[in-house]
Order: sequence, then C-alpha cells, then structure tokens
Amino acid sequence: MAPFVTIVLRDLRIAVRRWSEAANPLLFFVIVTTLFPLALSPSADEMREVGAGVLWVSALLSSLLALEGLFRSDADDGSLEQLMLSPVPLGVTVLAKIAAHWLITILPLFALVPVLALSYSMPITALPTMFCALLLATPTLSVLVALGAALTVGLHRGGAIVGLLVLPLTAPLLIFGTRATDLGLHDEPTAGPLYLLAALAAFTLALGPVAIAAALRVGIE
Amino acid sequence: MRLPRWFHLLGSPPFVYGFAGNVAPWLGAVSCVLLAVGAYWGLVVAPPDRVQHEAYRILFIHPQIAYVSIMAYVVMAVAAGIGYVWRIKLAYAIAVAAAPIGASFTACALATGSLWGRPTWGTFWQWTDPRIMSETLLLFLFLGYLALRAAFEDRDKADRVSAILAVVGVVDVPIIHYSVIWWNSLHQGPSIMKLDKPSISPEMLPPFLIMVAAFTLCFFWLLLNGLRGEIVERERDSRWIRQLVEGTRG
Amino acid sequence: MRVGQNPPLVPNPWFLMQSAIELRARDLSVRRGERYLFEGLDLELGPHQLGLVVGANGSGKTTLLRVLAGLGAATSGLVTWRGSAPDRLALEQRGEIAYRGHLDGLKKDLTVLENLRFHAAIWGMRTDLDALMNALGLNGVANVRVRHLSAGQQRRASLATLKLCAAKLWILDEPTTNLDSDGRETIVGWIGAHLGRGGTAVVATHQPDELKQRGVVLVEL
Repeated sequence: MAPFVTIVLRDLRIAVRRWSEAANPLLFFVIVTTLFPLALSPSADEMREVGAGVLWVSALLSSLLALEGLFRSDADDGSLEQLMLSPVPLGVTVLAKIAAHWLITILPLFALVPVLALSYSMPITALPTMFCALLLATPTLSVLVALGAALTVGLHRGGAIVGLLVLPLTAPLLIFGTRATDLGLHDEPTAGPLYLLAALAAFTLALGPVAIAAALRVGIE
Repeated sequence: MRLPRWFHLLGSPPFVYGFAGNVAPWLGAVSCVLLAVGAYWGLVVAPPDRVQHEAYRILFIHPQIAYVSIMAYVVMAVAAGIGYVWRIKLAYAIAVAAAPIGASFTACALATGSLWGRPTWGTFWQWTDPRIMSETLLLFLFLGYLALRAAFEDRDKADRVSAILAVVGVVDVPIIHYSVIWWNSLHQGPSIMKLDKPSISPEMLPPFLIMVAAFTLCFFWLLLNGLRGEIVERERDSRWIRQLVEGTRG
Repeated sequence: MRVGQNPPLVPNPWFLMQSAIELRARDLSVRRGERYLFEGLDLELGPHQLGLVVGANGSGKTTLLRVLAGLGAATSGLVTWRGSAPDRLALEQRGEIAYRGHLDGLKKDLTVLENLRFHAAIWGMRTDLDALMNALGLNGVANVRVRHLSAGQQRRASLATLKLCAAKLWILDEPTTNLDSDGRETIVGWIGAHLGRGGTAVVATHQPDELKQRGVVLVEL
C-alpha cells in the first residue's frame, strides 16, 4: 500500500510542477464540447438529446490526449526501468500511475461537467446519473488508454496510433455510459447500465495491469 | 512426458513450409469447386425467398464471409498468444499471415452487408445495426494490429507487442458484440428492420452450408500461402532457404 | 569474444569460495535486427566476484548488461539469478538486482533530495540521506531540480541511489563516465565494498584498469 501511495504522490508532485501539461486535456474537453453546437446549430431539444453523447465522446478524446504519454517520460528518463527492478510489483506501479493521472486529468472534468451539461440544456436532475456513470466508466477508460500508451511506449511517434488501438476497445463504455445518461435524463431506472459499467471497471482494473505490465516489459527493451 | 514427433515438426519452419506447400493447392482446388457449386446452387437454382425475393441470395455469401472474418481474428489472436507464451516464432508467422486476410474478409463482409442493406432497408449503411457496428469495430481491431506491427522496426518487438494487443482484442470482441446488440435492442423501437436473415427453408440449407465450407477452406488456403511467404521472409538468411533458392536456380 | 580470468597478483582466498554461483548465463545469444551482437556467451559469477565487460562501442555491452538485469530479452540461451530468470524473480528476490545504465532514473522535475527520498521509500531503506549526499558532493544541490544539474552531478545523484537499495547484484553500465577523479574514486570504493560484503557486480567500462582487482572475470565483446 505504501509504495502505491508513494508513487501516486510523486506523480502528483511532478504534475503540479508541470501544470500546463495537465491543463491541456481539460481545455480540449471544453473546446470540443463547444465546437459541436457551433457545427450542428441544434435547437434546445436537439441539444438535450445529443448532449450526453457529445460529453462522453469529448471525455473519451480528452482521456486519450491525457494518457497517451503516460509512460513516455518515465521510459525516457529511466525511472520506469528502476521501478521495474524495484521490490514493487509492476502491476502496482501501473495502477498507481493510472490513479495519479486520473486524479490529475479526469477528476477536474467532474467540475466542468455540470457547467457544460447546463449549457446543453440538460436538466439538473440528470447530473447525478451522469456523475455516477462517469465515475464508473473513467477508471476503465484510463486503463484502456494506458494499455494503448504501454503498447506504444517504445515508439517515438506513437501518439497517433494509440487512438486506433484503443477506440474499438472503448465502444462498450461509450454505449453503456451514454445509455445510462439518457435514462437518467428521462427519469428512468438507470441501474442496468450502471451495473454493467461497474462490472467492466472491475474486469479491466483486475486484468488490465497484467497486460499493461507485459507491454511495458517489451517496450522498454 | 515425451512429446510426439509431429509436435516438434510443427515448430520447424522448413517442415511447415513444405507441408503448407503440399496442402495449400488441394485446399485451393476444393474451395474453388465448392464455391462454384455453392454459388450456382444458391444464386441460380434455389427458389426465391417469400419476403425478400431475389435480394435474399446474398445469404449465401455475406454471413459466410462475416463468420470467416471473426474466425480469422480468433485464429490470429490464438496464434499470437501461443507465440507469446511459448515463444514459437512460427505461431507469430501465422498471426501475421492471418491479419491482412482477416481484414480483407471483414471489409468484404461490410461491403456485402451494405449491398444487402440497400434493397432491404433502403440504405447502404445503418449505424444502429448491431452487426454492422461489431463488424466495423472488428475491422478497426485488425487495422490496429497491422498498424502496430508496422510501427516497430524490430520484428521481435513487433511480434510480442502486437500479440498482447491481439489477445486483449479477442477478449473484447464478445464484449463489444453483446454490448452492441443490447444497445441496438433499445434503439430499435417499433419500426421493423430487416436485419435478421430470412428463416432458412430446407432448400436453402445445403448451399448455405456448402458456402460456409467453401469460404472456410478459402481462408485456410490463403493463410497457408501467406504463411509460406512469411516463413521465407523471416528465414531468408538461413541455410535451408538458400538451398531452396539454389535448387530452383540450378 | 573471450571469457577469461584475470591472473591474481596476490594469491587470494576468494577463488576458493566459489561454491555458490549466483549469476549464470549459458549459451547466451542476442540478435538485434539482422546481426548477432554476441553468440554463445557463458558467464558464471559468485559472491565477491566482479564481471568486467569490455569492448568497443556498439559491441553489445549495454545489451548484455540489460539482458542480465532482466530488462531485455535474449534471442536464445539462459540467464539466471539465484535460480530464477531476472525478469521473473520470485517475490522474495525482487529488488536484489540494481541496474544503472546510461539513463539516470531520476525525475527531472523533482529535486535531488526528493528523488533520493522516493528511491529510499520504494526500496524500503532507511538511510541518512545527508551523509550520502555529502559523500558524493551533492549537499549544495540537494534542493535543486535535477533538470538544472550538470551531467556529472546528475550521474552522481543517480549513483547515490545505489546505496538506497539492498541489492546483491550490481549491474553498472560505464558508471564512471562524466565523473571527476574524486567521484571515480568513490564509486570504485563502493564497488569494492559491495563485493567485500558478498555482493556480485557486472560492470561495463572503457577503463578496466581502475577496477581490475582480485576475483575479476573478464568478458570481452
């Protein structure tokens, strides 16, 4: 437990010193959600219908932006291989880095979501479901994007390909997440998709780090 | 426990090269015959469907191609997984050979599916159809595998990294499939969409199955040929390849 | 490629204590791309023994060291550290191998002290960090971010972390580059002390003379 916390705190401290990098994904999120209405010119009702989908796609894309370089700086300065040789299991290191990144780049999204949801004419009553769904879906999202980052850590220009690798894997998340938000919007019971999101989260958090660690070992050679 | 001799032979590139070279032409010939027979039977002889009339005939091509595309992904993922766990280079060669074939079959499945869609749904593409969505995501999985392989210069690294991707993908394929079906069942609403293949009457069953066998054999024929090419590529510095080349030259 | 033993200048008892071979490489071959860097390499090192790897640039020294540390894969052959492959160490063996390569393994946005503290926490060692920094002349820059240090200071900080782990096998890739004579003396002393305590070391160097001592196994690539 202690090494987990140590690594999380280290990554948080570094992120604070490079806060402009941490702010990029958030800005991206705001920009994307602002561009959609500009391009679609929807009515208030149409906005409400597409709002959930737009917010989810934007969250997905900004996660991609935030996490695709998750392991790159550690690989470049050699600290990743030091962690691999340390007594701390690589899976724990991976989870710690994902957790730190989630705190830095995803958690602030939660502050932005109410503002954007209201701008999309979504009723306030829809927000709790949206938060719940995001809370359950974003860990899975982080693990999947981290997997893409780990697979490309050995590449110099790996960034563009991470999207291609990861997006097919995130389709179920998108489906369940938007569905849950839609149901919440219409005041229908949302337990179904939320349970499925929770199941996906449990599954990927348990098995994801294994695949990520394997990919890192190959990438670091 | 002593492993049987054929087990060791399966890991030997010269043996597999020769074996594939002997078997592939037969597979090709049989699959061509079956394709001809099945196509004639299905496209000409079988009676028209009650509802879809002549348009249903794509039943003899599209589902088979789609089924083979999924099978191709499983073959690729299993081969890559075996190569990763047991460090068998030949298994990686199978995965590499299967990928472009699987991607092509997937693209064909999407193309034939949209051809089917035009007369039945009135549109070439229906975003909310679960099978179109699953098949599209499968195409992206194939393309992702190929792109990842191409991005690495060191072949050994490319093999191992893409093996991890392939195995994760194969775990995800059923999840994607069921989530899309579930999603579609919510969007369908009262409108009747002709997504289900027409109920197969006994007259349609034989050509249907013949085409399944035909396309499956076709896949393996293409796979064995691709595998031979891949083996030559990987082993090009070895003695047995040089002897082979000198033999043909001399 | 030749493996031989440096003739001892003074008869010594170390050669008689070779019963416990800890690091073993058998028929090790590594191919990168189209050519073999080395083939059929055999190496056996026990406690108190130093393996000195010499060779021209590009001869595969770094690759060999990384394979021995478990950070790279061999094309064929076997490497074992105390019976396990170095990249699949048993739980209680984790942390027994320390590797210092060309990369420093330090986070550039953290200060020297923060890096050392992190390392100590991860490897579970309680050491007097001030004395450690003093020994390498780093007291003056304890609170300076690694990014702003000179190459020599960064190298010294990276080597300081060697004292923060209880590793039994030290694998060092040209540890004395960028060091002045004081730094070189300190590191050579540390390696000698480590060997004296029963540790094993593999060191790649362009200057074998400063490390040639009793019990040295020479590996020429």
